[in-house]
Amino acid sequence: MNAVNDLWPEARNKGVLRLVTAGSVDDGKSTLIGRLLLDSKGVFADQLSAISGSRYSRAPADALDLALLTDGLEAEREQGITIDVAYRYFATPARKFIIADAPGHEQYTRNMVTGASTADAAVILIDAARAQDGELLPQTKRHATLAQLLGLRHTLIAINKMDQVQWDQAVYQRIRTAAEQLAQRLGMATPHCVPLSALTGDNVVQPSPHMPWYQGQPLLPLLESLPLDRGATAQQGTRLFVQWVIRHEGSSTHAFRGYAGQVQGGPLRVGDAVTVLPSGETAQVQAIQLGEQALQIAAAGDSITVALDREIDISRGDLLVAGGQPPQVAREFDADLCWLDRQTLNPSRWYWLKQGARLTQARITAVKAKRDISELRSVPHNGPLASNDIGRVRIRTRDTLALDDYDSERSTGAFILIDDASHQTAAAGMVRLGSEASG
Amino acid sequence: MTAITAPQRTHLDWLESESIHILREVAAECERPVLLFSGGKDSCVLLRLAEKAFRPGKFPFPLLHVDTGHNFPEVIAFRDQRAQELGERLIVRSVQDSIARGTVVLRHENDSRNAAQATTLLEAIAEFNFDACIGGARRDEEKARAKERICSLRDEFGQWDPKNQRPELWNLYNTRVHPGENIRVFPISNWTELDIWQYIAREELALPSIYYSHVRPVVRRKGLLAPVTPLTPAREGEVVEEVRVRFRTVGDVSCTCPVESSAATPTDIIAETAVTTITERGATRMDDKLNEASMERRKKMGYF
Repeated sequence: MNAVNDLWPEARNKGVLRLVTAGSVDDGKSTLIGRLLLDSKGVFADQLSAISGSRYSRAPADALDLALLTDGLEAEREQGITIDVAYRYFATPARKFIIADAPGHEQYTRNMVTGASTADAAVILIDAARAQDGELLPQTKRHATLAQLLGLRHTLIAINKMDQVQWDQAVYQRIRTAAEQLAQRLGMATPHCVPLSALTGDNVVQPSPHMPWYQGQPLLPLLESLPLDRGATAQQGTRLFVQWVIRHEGSSTHAFRGYAGQVQGGPLRVGDAVTVLPSGETAQVQAIQLGEQALQIAAAGDSITVALDREIDISRGDLLVAGGQPPQVAREFDADLCWLDRQTLNPSRWYWLKQGARLTQARITAVKAKRDISELRSVPHNGPLASNDIGRVRIRTRDTLALDDYDSERSTGAFILIDDASHQTAAAGMVRLGSEASG
Repeated sequence: MTAITAPQRTHLDWLESESIHILREVAAECERPVLLFSGGKDSCVLLRLAEKAFRPGKFPFPLLHVDTGHNFPEVIAFRDQRAQELGERLIVRSVQDSIARGTVVLRHENDSRNAAQATTLLEAIAEFNFDACIGGARRDEEKARAKERICSLRDEFGQWDPKNQRPELWNLYNTRVHPGENIRVFPISNWTELDIWQYIAREELALPSIYYSHVRPVVRRKGLLAPVTPLTPAREGEVVEEVRVRFRTVGDVSCTCPVESSAATPTDIIAETAVTTITERGATRMDDKLNEASMERRKKMGYF
């Protein structure tokens, strides 16, 4: 049964919170998600009966192997591990959740980056039994680093398997202190820490009777109360990449030319003055359409079509900018790269670079530093980046780009690199505008 | 000027915007995209999203239906009517033609043609050289689908390799393919069955009549209600009953089952969907129950 049941239609205006879960192998991620779905009534009877009858169950005969709810591939059930990101959906009366369940294996870091790139919040699992002394595993450091690098606004630390350490407050306290120190060293906000047991359901949806010393909320209520403030970047102004030029000839009085794209950063209003980048031409917003509906104002996130008051040369990949601080226009800039491809970065090659709706080619002119995950710092490095490496690089592009720093505006600060030969997505890039950025 | 504040957006607005963004990206970056339209509820939602993405212009892709020949007649009539109303081109390719060519071989004449659709689809992709097939599959439908990217690469054999998917970052989709390969694009990946019905209600979308309550002859088989039709007659010893039902999914007659329901409007269905204890496929599809990985195996073979 869906938890929205009787509360529809009050539930209809709920927002969407996107989560990524991360943890090492066997920390119990899949079990936690299974528990979250089960206890929030996001699991259906036939799914339960399918897992209770599964030939791959690892649970005792009378218990459910909740991990089977999310491990959907044959090889995953066979090996008892998670291979690729699974997306799960559930809704409570408060909001709709999309969970990206990212695998913990180091070789699947690219899947963690995939899940984190669209997430608002990260839930990082720590196995209390394995970290009793407060020593965090390298994977925990890696996941926290990725959450910080990708600019996730909220991090929650789920200290799992508390049942295996006799609900010991001292164990929780040691791990919590270590997690807070980790966050501090990474420059992240202090994370929420929740002691829980996914297996028994303690502190997942319902408060735990076994840990009266924990004063905070269980995981689900915490997730329900996280602010959905994606628009915190409004001082950068409004951004709209032109995805598609809609032309409809009709008779001359009904001829229509509109620029279709998704509003980012802040709202866009009829009458706003817009600058087209990189050309620098200006115009005024004459009309905004969302489907057949005419809007006076479009909110950040709306996929709209804009008509301007005068004809200028605009095509796919151009950026419309209104209000606030303009982006930097440059062909050379610094960025952090998560290298994802098995093929190592080759500085002599050109890669396709996709930023918003703009596709151009780019070369990495210098690798400056590499992130040392276990030491939590950048170290000078001038060799290539290999799969799973994170490094600071200098990039040069064939075309001029309009750029914002990733931390202030993702739509213009994020990009991907695509290998021209294999067509693999080779890297995730985050623009870092500093003193060195120049035209 | 008086300050106008940005309007509040619901989760349906959010889902709609994301889907429109995906449709526009694929239309802009792919050479020969096509939108798969079966007449089912998910593809009806896709068409509505395409209208919002491209009107007043024409759709930058034709519609394609892979016809198993085992359809509910209401759905085919609706399919044709909808394509005509939209003024868009509808291509129909049929499994029956693949059988005639000998590329599809069934053990029995009345076997489910659901899996055979993959062959006909791959033949249509080759015939028209499509490089992107946009479809209405959702990740909440099935556990293998939950693993799939929004833009999902298929090799020249139409195969999906779940262990080697491209990372998919932010809303930056990698649509590049080599000749012979194609991407399957799922703009409504993040929607659930409930979201679909809420959207149908909000947008007042027309659907084939069999989605709503009607009386139909059925037999009870393996815990499901199997429709009794000329293609799927009752078996010996089975009792035919007239039951008030509706379909949660529409597909091949031979493997799609209705559920008991008196829901006559989208609002009624939303109320039922919100409290159902059975998934859409669990309630309606016999062919997903064959083993734990039915869908995954079919997808590896080129199925949608």
